[in-house]
Amino acid sequence: MLASLLQLFPDPGYRTPTLDWHALAPEIVLSVGGLLLVLLDAIKLDRARALMPAVANLSLLGALVPIITLAVDGSTRVLFGGSFVVDPMSLVLKTLFLLSGYVVILLSTNYVAEGDYWESEYYTLLTTSILGMVVMSSARDLLMIFVALELLSIPAYMLAGWRKGDQRSNEAGLKYFLMGVFASAIFLYGMSLIYGVGRSTRLDEIAANLDSLGTTGVPAVTLGLLLILMGFAFKVSAVPFHTWAPDTYEGAPTPVTAFLAVASKAAGFVALIQLVFFGFHVRPDVFQPIFFILSIASMTIGNLIALRQTNLVRMLAYSGIAQAGFILAPFTVIETNRDQALSSIVIYLVIYAAMNLGAFGVLIAVARKTRSAEISSFGGLLTYMPGMTFAMTIFLAALAGIPPLAGWYAKFSVWQALLGAETGMGVALAIIVALNTVIGAYYYLNVAKAMWFDPVPDGDTTKVRIPPGLTGAIVIAAIVTLVLGVVPNLVTDVTSFAPGASAALGG
Amino acid sequence: MNDFLTDWGLILVTFLPLAGALVTLVLPEESESGIKLVSLLTTVAAAVVGVLLLIEFDHGDSGTLQFVVDRSWIELINSRFILAIDGLSMPLMLLTLGIMPLVVIYSWNHLPEPRNPKAFFALMLVLETGMVGSFVAQDLVLFFVFFEVVLLPMYFLIGVWGGERRQYASIKFFLYTLFGSAFLMVAFLAVYFLSKNPVTGEALRTFDMRALSSVGGAGIARTTAILIFGGMFLGFGIKVPMFPFHTWLPDAHTEAPTQGSVILAAVLLKLGTYGFVRIALPILPEAARWWAPIIGVLAAIGIIYGALGCLAQTDMKRLIAFSSVAHMGYVMLGIATLTDFGINAAVFGMVAHGLITGMLFFVAGSMKDRYHTLEIKRLGGLLVSAPRMGWVLGYASMASLGLPGLAGFWGEFPAILSAYNPAEGLSVGLFRTLMVVAAIGTVFAAGYLLWMFQRTAFGTPKEEFANDPAITDISPVEWIAWLPLLVLIVGFGFFPGLIFDLSSPAVGSIARVFGG
Repeated sequence: MLASLLQLFPDPGYRTPTLDWHALAPEIVLSVGGLLLVLLDAIKLDRARALMPAVANLSLLGALVPIITLAVDGSTRVLFGGSFVVDPMSLVLKTLFLLSGYVVILLSTNYVAEGDYWESEYYTLLTTSILGMVVMSSARDLLMIFVALELLSIPAYMLAGWRKGDQRSNEAGLKYFLMGVFASAIFLYGMSLIYGVGRSTRLDEIAANLDSLGTTGVPAVTLGLLLILMGFAFKVSAVPFHTWAPDTYEGAPTPVTAFLAVASKAAGFVALIQLVFFGFHVRPDVFQPIFFILSIASMTIGNLIALRQTNLVRMLAYSGIAQAGFILAPFTVIETNRDQALSSIVIYLVIYAAMNLGAFGVLIAVARKTRSAEISSFGGLLTYMPGMTFAMTIFLAALAGIPPLAGWYAKFSVWQALLGAETGMGVALAIIVALNTVIGAYYYLNVAKAMWFDPVPDGDTTKVRIPPGLTGAIVIAAIVTLVLGVVPNLVTDVTSFAPGASAALGG
Repeated sequence: MNDFLTDWGLILVTFLPLAGALVTLVLPEESESGIKLVSLLTTVAAAVVGVLLLIEFDHGDSGTLQFVVDRSWIELINSRFILAIDGLSMPLMLLTLGIMPLVVIYSWNHLPEPRNPKAFFALMLVLETGMVGSFVAQDLVLFFVFFEVVLLPMYFLIGVWGGERRQYASIKFFLYTLFGSAFLMVAFLAVYFLSKNPVTGEALRTFDMRALSSVGGAGIARTTAILIFGGMFLGFGIKVPMFPFHTWLPDAHTEAPTQGSVILAAVLLKLGTYGFVRIALPILPEAARWWAPIIGVLAAIGIIYGALGCLAQTDMKRLIAFSSVAHMGYVMLGIATLTDFGINAAVFGMVAHGLITGMLFFVAGSMKDRYHTLEIKRLGGLLVSAPRMGWVLGYASMASLGLPGLAGFWGEFPAILSAYNPAEGLSVGLFRTLMVVAAIGTVFAAGYLLWMFQRTAFGTPKEEFANDPAITDISPVEWIAWLPLLVLIVGFGFFPGLIFDLSSPAVGSIARVFGG
């Protein structure tokens, strides 16, 4: 019947694209995992409920297997006429998202189970969102980027409002949703303008067309780029588009906050990397000043507001805004130092994920006892949770950028990219980053101070049981934070890809 | 043996303490003596390796880096794991390795509140790794990592085990130093990008201090070099601390527990001066010449300001802290002359100040344990209540004011003298003026130290402490911790060649660039 139906229409000239199943395998594994979770829910067995975190974790780890085989293979695979590219950079980013997701699930396991929070949907949505991020890592096409963006964002909106009974959580979800769709709309509008002047949705073709434009159509290009970048500035919570972040972070369930602060933010940066490094890099005159302003505003304002926070989640939110400023900095030197800029952004994302997830992990562990995220509730932690205190000190010192913990190398590589460009903008930003490092150290140490120096606020020093999954997540994060600080080679070896080499694709 | 030391000696002295720290962390909280024993053993073992290195060291060739360890580290940025020592690093490395066991011994029964021996000793051992590492690293990035490693342990030592205003003091120490090091890192990177091979004009793109020193800033425009030196000046100058950046020091020294003060005074401050001599001067010689008068003037201000600060203090520990500002002023003055003679004096001054001020802080700490106050006007008659301790205090004070025959003299006197004849191109008039100012500073130094000694040790004990049974004389543990320092102070006083012979070939090769 289908065949006869099809015969009604003339041959449209479509041919089935030849699919490279190997290149798509990570996405396929994740989709299967997500569907499996829905099926498990349909069985409605209590036994199945306990399996869900395991299934989610296994599908994430399962998706890593094809990534490893692809990495061993090493060749760059181009699918769908250039809109989906699997190259070493995308593999590193996919690994980053899968591992961050793995740690987030470890953080969530007991939190969600004990709160009786609709486990099946939780893990389904989380897996779907990670799928979106994994797609984003390979997307080299405006539409592909948009699809990935929505795929990763919509589940995140729902996760932020996960604690239905809690007003704050509702506020978090709604605020995040409204701001998010607003940003998407802005992005879409910018995209349509760029499509108009770039005459394609594929980034490499856009690059070529923008380059050939010369001086004509400058206003449209400028406006289009501005709108697109603004859309993603929301996503990465760059000042002045950051206002949703602290409220959403505070209201959302803490494991979800960790997910938003790390994976979702990284996904925004990955989108920016795709757009700017592979599409818009031919117009540095337009985007470099935008990033210059965004970067300075984010790190300075984020840091200054973080100084005054008394709630650790809000502080981490503002610190995340400041860190976003650091990650935005290398975007300003793409014209003269493209390879190092890209490598430093990816290094920063990897290290930031480890140290920030660790900090949220300790926060969740401590909150099991204190039921609070106020910094003062961390008082005297050294006396009754020495292990957690050491771990948190490691993460805070790493965030502050003190060697030999990984954070220093992240900052170092940003400095290297900025100074290596030998432009005035680069040098100016390097100095501003240096100044902001000092401001940041103050509020990170403020938490360390509470844990080490202050007395226990209510005198209650009973020890609480920390579930093994949570401990495992914190240990993983701590090891990564320590090892990458001492032997940064481990990450630089895989991030020293040269986008210049993929210039054949990116124009 | 020699082969083993060549390959592993420096790695051992640097990382043994870190290994010790990890062991103490694994030991159960209750076994306090086990933790102490592990700490003692690791610090002593590191010191023994240090002495073996000194024996194996080719003294005839102390201007060359020896025991070189050169392994790949961060290939992407061409930063290598390079450890090596010459006659400049050797005395400072040995000073660190020697002081640490004494501090551990002293802590045997002077563990400050709130005790927690595990964290206390672990932090001290991590600190040692950072300090030793800074003195032996020959790669800028590696140096920076070690330089920063000392920050957190010291922050916690002050903040947890310190005096009343410990929180303020610890964060102030931390932020000041971090501010400096952020600029230090930027300066290092600028050197990395801009240094060129003078013959071929190719960019070097290396952090190897040996290579960077040998090209001496070739390819860097003069103005740029002066700015880069400014970054290093901030980083090292804050650590020293030089005059306008010194305000963290009195707070940190005063509030730190005795052990912390000793380590701060004896070793940490030297990281700054060592950085000037090892890194800033040889890598950017032209800029150094531009900065030298500024450094000289600030050093002289530091000498007088520190001395006046001492005279205004009512707390003994704070007085000793301010005296450090003055003493480091002499060291910086010696460096600012850019001459062989001046920098040698500076190296001697670093070691001497480490021994003497470390000793003074030990005595102050022990007095605080007995009197529970260090307010000078409440003290008095130490020579009556605890005569031996009184004499040790007197001895250390005399050494500190630069009495000939004790170590302090050889740090101070040649530094002043060197300013008479600064390196080529520096204003002779200015430096001779500075020489006079510095000489006046010694009079002040005699003034405040004798004044302190007189008010605390002479006379009869004040009523409140007259028959206090807590005021006992030096305990055996204190003797063990102090005797090596006391012996070395007089030893170096009579045989200054022990250090000068080591340092002068190394310093000579640095000063040669300046024609001094």
